[in-house]
Amino acid sequence: MEHSVIVIGGGVSGMTAAGMLAQQGFNVTLLEKEAETGGHAARWDRLFPDRKKASEVLDFIRKGMSRVKVITGITVVNITRNDKEFTVVTRGQVADGGSQMADIPHPASCIPHPASCIPHPASCILLATGYELFEARKKEEYGYGIYNNVITSAELEDKFRSGSPILTSEGKPPARIGIVHCVGSRDEKVGNLYCSKVCCVTGVKQAIELKEMYPASEVFNFYMDLRMFDRHFEELYYEAQQKWGVSFIRGRLSECAENPDGSIIVKTEDTLTGKPLKMTVDLLVLLTGFVPGRGMASISAMLGLTTGADGFTNSADSHTLNNSTEIPGIFLAGAVKGPVSISESIADARAAAIQIEVYLNSDKPGND
Amino acid sequence: MKPEGKRLVWNEYQKEIANDNYFYVRSCVRQNFFPAAEKTFLRYMKEMGRNVFENPSHTTCSGIGYHSDIVPFETAMTMVARQFALMSEAGYENFVTSCITSFGLYSEVLETWEHFPAVEEKIRGHLRNATGREFVKPKNLAHASDVTFKLRKDISKAGKYRLINHITGNPIRVVEHIGCHYSKMFPSKGVGGAEYPYVLIGMIEEWGGEVIDYPERRHCCGFGFRQYLVKANRGYSVSSSKKKFDSMKPYKPELILTNCPGCPMFLDRWQYAISEMEGTTYGENGQGIPVMTYEELAGLILGYDPWDLGLQVHQVPVEPLLEKMGIPYDPAKKFLDINGNSMGKPKPPSSMKFY
Repeated sequence: MEHSVIVIGGGVSGMTAAGMLAQQGFNVTLLEKEAETGGHAARWDRLFPDRKKASEVLDFIRKGMSRVKVITGITVVNITRNDKEFTVVTRGQVADGGSQMADIPHPASCIPHPASCIPHPASCILLATGYELFEARKKEEYGYGIYNNVITSAELEDKFRSGSPILTSEGKPPARIGIVHCVGSRDEKVGNLYCSKVCCVTGVKQAIELKEMYPASEVFNFYMDLRMFDRHFEELYYEAQQKWGVSFIRGRLSECAENPDGSIIVKTEDTLTGKPLKMTVDLLVLLTGFVPGRGMASISAMLGLTTGADGFTNSADSHTLNNSTEIPGIFLAGAVKGPVSISESIADARAAAIQIEVYLNSDKPGND
Repeated sequence: MKPEGKRLVWNEYQKEIANDNYFYVRSCVRQNFFPAAEKTFLRYMKEMGRNVFENPSHTTCSGIGYHSDIVPFETAMTMVARQFALMSEAGYENFVTSCITSFGLYSEVLETWEHFPAVEEKIRGHLRNATGREFVKPKNLAHASDVTFKLRKDISKAGKYRLINHITGNPIRVVEHIGCHYSKMFPSKGVGGAEYPYVLIGMIEEWGGEVIDYPERRHCCGFGFRQYLVKANRGYSVSSSKKKFDSMKPYKPELILTNCPGCPMFLDRWQYAISEMEGTTYGENGQGIPVMTYEELAGLILGYDPWDLGLQVHQVPVEPLLEKMGIPYDPAKKFLDINGNSMGKPKPPSSMKFY
C-alpha cells in the first residue's frame, strides 16, 4: 500500500520535504493556509549572505514538487489518530482536488461549517507550520504603526522586491537611515528571551542594499551584539563597514518620536562610549524577529504536543531526535521548532524527509 | 503620524474605574502648588452626583520620600497600609488618589503584596503593632484623573465653555504631559498605557481641543525628584523643562495639560525662570504657554470663576487662554482673597507678558 503523508505548512521547509517525499514515491499532500506557497521567503527579495534571489530558491524547490498535491487557502480544524493512521480535517477553499473529495462524508468534529470540511488520511504528518514575524507595534516605544517613517524589515523587502525606489512617506530619498536589531527578540519586556538568529545578518544585508541604492546616504545599525554565526556572515559585516561605510552603534533604542517634518528622532545609548545618543533619521527599519506560528497552538493542542517556554514546538530530543516528536508518526521541520535561516530550513526539511522515509519503510514503525 | 495607530494601543489599555463612592486621599504638595485643584475635583464630583469621602486623619503616603531615597519601602508600605485601614474603617472600597506618585506607590505596594503575600502579612503586623488597625485592600484603585476621564462626557454635557477659540472657531491646541508614576511603572494600570497615555487626551478631545504630539512628549517635566530636591542638581531640572518647551514650541501649543503634582509646577515655574534667565518665552507675542491641571481645566469647562480655581497663582498668566475660550474674568479681583482683601500683587516678570 502506498503511504500517504500530509505536510502542514507550505513554506520553504514544507515544500522541500514534500518534494523529497513525493520523489521517494509517497503520496504527499501539502496543506497551506495562505493562497500561495512560499511562506515568508516569497516576500523576500534577496537572501543573505550571497544576495541570491529568494524567488530563485523557491523556483528550485518547486521544481521538485511536481508529484505533490498542493491544497492552499485551508485551515486545519482537527487531527485524529486511529492506531497508526491519522486523519487531518481541513476547512476552507480547496484550490486543488476539491471535486474529488467532495463526496467524502463530513466528520462530526468539523463544526460549525461541516459543508466545507474535508478529511485527509495520512500515515504520518510533517508539521512545517513555520513562524510569524513579531508584531512590531508591540514595541510601542518605537512607534511602528504610528510614525509614518518607521517600517519593518519585511516591508523594506517588499519595497526591494517591487523594484521601486525606497522613499520616505514624504516622497524623498532618505539621507539617514536607522536599522534597529532585536525587535521582539532577546527582549524580556515582550516575553521573548530567545535570539531570532537571522536578524543580525539581515540588518547587515539590508544596510548594504540601501547603500547600493543611495551611496550618499548614512546608514546606522543599532545592535546589542552581532551574531554572525554562519559562513560568510562575518565577511558581509566587514564589507558593510569597509566598503559601504555603514555605522554600527551598540545600543538598544529607548524610544522614538516624530519630528514636524516626519523624520524620526531616536534615543539610545552608545554603550561602547558610554554616552546617551539622540539622533534623527529619515527612515527607521525595525528588524522584527520570529514568533511561533499562530496556527501551531491549536495543532499542538489537537495532537498533545508540547511547546517550550518560547512557544516553539518541542522535538523528541533536541540533539538526536530533532525532527521527531513524542508521538509516532508526527514529525517536525523548520521554524516550527525555533528560528532558522532558509538554508537551515532546507537542510532540516531534508533530514525530516529521510526520517519519515525510514519510519514508513520500517517493519516496526517507531520514531527514528 | 497615524492617529489610528494610537487608537489601537489605547484599545489594549482599558482600565476599570469605579463609578461612585470613592475614598479620596490628597497630595502632600499640590495644595501649595495649585491650591484649588483638589477642592475643584471635590466640587465637580459633588455636582456630578458622586459620593467622595475624605478622612482628615490621612497622611502623606510617603511616596515623595520613597522616590527620593530617604524612606525605606517597608516604611512606605506601612504608611500605605494605614491609608487603606482608614478607607476600610469608613466602609469604602474604591480608593482614589490625588497624587500621581501616590498612585504609583499604591500600585507598586498592591502589586508587591500580590506577588509576595508574606510581605503583606509582615506589613499587616507592622500596622497592627503600631496602631492596632486592620485593613481590606481596595477593590478599585484609581487616580483622580482616571475618575475625571470617566466623567469627561458628563463634564462636557454640563459645561459652559469648550476648548475652542470662540473667535476663530478653531480647537485650542493642547499638549498633554503625564506624570511618570501614572503608567510608566505599570502600563496596564493607566488609561491608554505608558507610551501613548489616553487619560488626558480623552478629556482634551471630549472638551473640543486639538491634541499635539511633539518629539519630547515623554521627556521628564523637570521634577524628577532628586534632580530638583537636591539643590545642586537643579540645573538638570530646568534643562529638562527647557528641552520640552523647545520641542513643543514649533507646534504653537496654547495650553499644557497635566495630571501630576510636580509636572504643572515645573512646566509653569520654569517658563518664568527661563524667561528671566535668557528672555525666552514660548507662547505667542511674549506670552508663556498656560499650564493647567485637569481639575482646573474641568473647572473652566464647567464655568467656575478662574480666580476660584486658583489660576492667579500660576506663574504663567492664564488670561490668553481665558480670552480664547471666551471665559469672562475680572482683572480687579485677580489678587483678592476669599474675603475680598488684597493678597498682594507679584512683581511683573521682565520678559514674559504679565496681566
